[in-house]
Amino acid sequence: MSKIQSTFQRLQATGRRALIPFITAGDPAPELTVPLMNALVEGGADIIELGVPFSDPMADGPTIQRASERALANGMTLRRVLDTVREFRTGNAETPVVLMGYANPIEAMGVERFVSAAREAQIDGVLIVDYPPEECESFARAAKDAGLDPIFLLAPTSTEQRFRDVARVGSGYIYYVSLKGVTGAATLDFDEVAARIPQIRAQVGMPVGVGFGIRDAESARRIGEVADAVVIGSRIIEEIERSPRDRLAANVIAFLREIRTALDQIEGGVR
Amino acid sequence: MQMADAPYRFPDPSGHFGPYGGVFVAETLIPALDELRAAYEACRDDPAFIAEFEYELKHYVGRPSPIYHARRWSDLLGGAQIYLKREDLNHTGAHKVNNCIGQAMVARRMGKPRVIAETGAGQHGVATATVAARYGMECVVYMGSEDVRRQAANVYRMKLLGATVVPVESGSKTLKDALNEAMRDWVTNVHNTFYIIGTVAGPHPYPLMVRDFQTVIGKECLLQMPEMTGRQPDCVIACVGGGSNAMGIFHPYIDMPDVRLIGVEAAGEGMESGRHAASLTAGKPGVLHGNRTYLLQDDDGQIIETHSISAGLDYPGVGPEHAWLKDSGRAEYVTVTDQEALKAFHDLCRLEGIIPALESSHALAYAARLAPTLPKDKILLVNLSGRGDKDMHTVAEKSGIQF
Repeated sequence: MSKIQSTFQRLQATGRRALIPFITAGDPAPELTVPLMNALVEGGADIIELGVPFSDPMADGPTIQRASERALANGMTLRRVLDTVREFRTGNAETPVVLMGYANPIEAMGVERFVSAAREAQIDGVLIVDYPPEECESFARAAKDAGLDPIFLLAPTSTEQRFRDVARVGSGYIYYVSLKGVTGAATLDFDEVAARIPQIRAQVGMPVGVGFGIRDAESARRIGEVADAVVIGSRIIEEIERSPRDRLAANVIAFLREIRTALDQIEGGVR
Repeated sequence: MQMADAPYRFPDPSGHFGPYGGVFVAETLIPALDELRAAYEACRDDPAFIAEFEYELKHYVGRPSPIYHARRWSDLLGGAQIYLKREDLNHTGAHKVNNCIGQAMVARRMGKPRVIAETGAGQHGVATATVAARYGMECVVYMGSEDVRRQAANVYRMKLLGATVVPVESGSKTLKDALNEAMRDWVTNVHNTFYIIGTVAGPHPYPLMVRDFQTVIGKECLLQMPEMTGRQPDCVIACVGGGSNAMGIFHPYIDMPDVRLIGVEAAGEGMESGRHAASLTAGKPGVLHGNRTYLLQDDDGQIIETHSISAGLDYPGVGPEHAWLKDSGRAEYVTVTDQEALKAFHDLCRLEGIIPALESSHALAYAARLAPTLPKDKILLVNLSGRGDKDMHTVAEKSGIQF
């Protein structure tokens, strides 16, 4: 069983929801990424999604694109992201880390080299935004063979055929994109999410995390009532953007704790 | 004319040209592309759609565009005869409008009242705004803020035609960033919005659809060349940025192995300078903007900024079908620098009384390099994809002239 799967199993046994924060590696500075990852864990993260910066982040909104641009300006590369996780692992062996990014940096490194380097860095999952299931059967297989969970997106518009495609190639959890549009967008339809999540969970047989549009304790609590995990990205990047360096970790911890508290108040029970 | 043994049949049903093409997009866009593919397949087989498209091309665009024998220029070069396919004479002044009409017609059939587009130099933006006005559709054009500054006249043209032009401030503030932003608009507004991509790139079915709408260029040549010269040309030459004018003229010739197909990329300030836009010549395969193709990228897989005097060629990728034609050896790809393109631009102005677009000037420059090496009875057909009125400012600046 992968570390991601055992994390969900442990949380489900106690009726808790997973909190999955996202930051971009190298933002605001490469040397601050490991301290920020530790801050995420201290704030209550169960899994960390670590963004690999890309020059053309088509599926992201302006906030995450800015983070990506800052990281690249700081000289961040996929190789250095792998080094960063290796460094994080010297102090934290447990928290699953999922790399999230775009296909081209991985193809430039070469899929086989990437997969073995990711395993060596004790990375647990990969979510490649522009690899839909039909274009990455061989990548997903290589990832699984190396013990990495290939994680896929589903959207409000996804058909049941898409559920089956994702169930076939993916593992770990499903990242449900809770609204149309890009990361960091504003509006969230709770009723729609509440109706879809049970369907997806039943058909795909994996825990479902919900992301895009979750900005505060209230929206996290409402999503947490129906989902297995809550993913928060743009809102944390904004916190990073407006924090002075000496308050960076403290502000991120304080923000995440509010979310953690809200999620832990959910009367969920064992699902 | 000799025909190929097996007919060329690409892309495959899933949108792949060998290893290239495909649908490399986020899940949020998959349903939109499924819907588009189904709608386009229905249009493609519908005689009423085809008849309407042909009617629009004839009466609104002014097709067929003529072929012109550039006799004085050919004589001066002293070798092969150069013929020009006059896409510059189309309404809006370039080949771009062929595709915009086709896609706007598909949008109408899908019941989408709003169209969006990305543009670099502004030619595709102007063509989209034109067609949107023609059909009474709302039109939003994304354009890098750097290009908005460089192409003020085209920005004003789009506004005159009723379009909203949105300057894009992210990334390198050029065409690829405008494309990213248009994709974001589409994914957010897909219920009422059709994204008119301007070239043979992007996720399937775009490379197929845009090629289909542009093949009118090559199909006309198949009829016109024998009428004018008694036979098909020895070489077909076209400039390649994204590659839509080249695919349009190449495609009907693919199954005739005796016809050389030559795509001309922008070498900018010279291949050795690193400041160029020659994805096929100097790039590596990768994934960008929804398809796998040749890309200009660094060792880490980040897309790098490109340079060309011609904004329409200033793009770090290229249509996936060109990647396939390169690997399979059916087409050759060469490069021409800014300086060579400028010389061809001036030569055509002075010798033939035609002001070509700087994009097309790259194809002309290669024809001028090739012609003197061939006997006088050889025939080069060059796609003169657009007129150069939009480039007055750039050329004047290079010549040190202020308006």
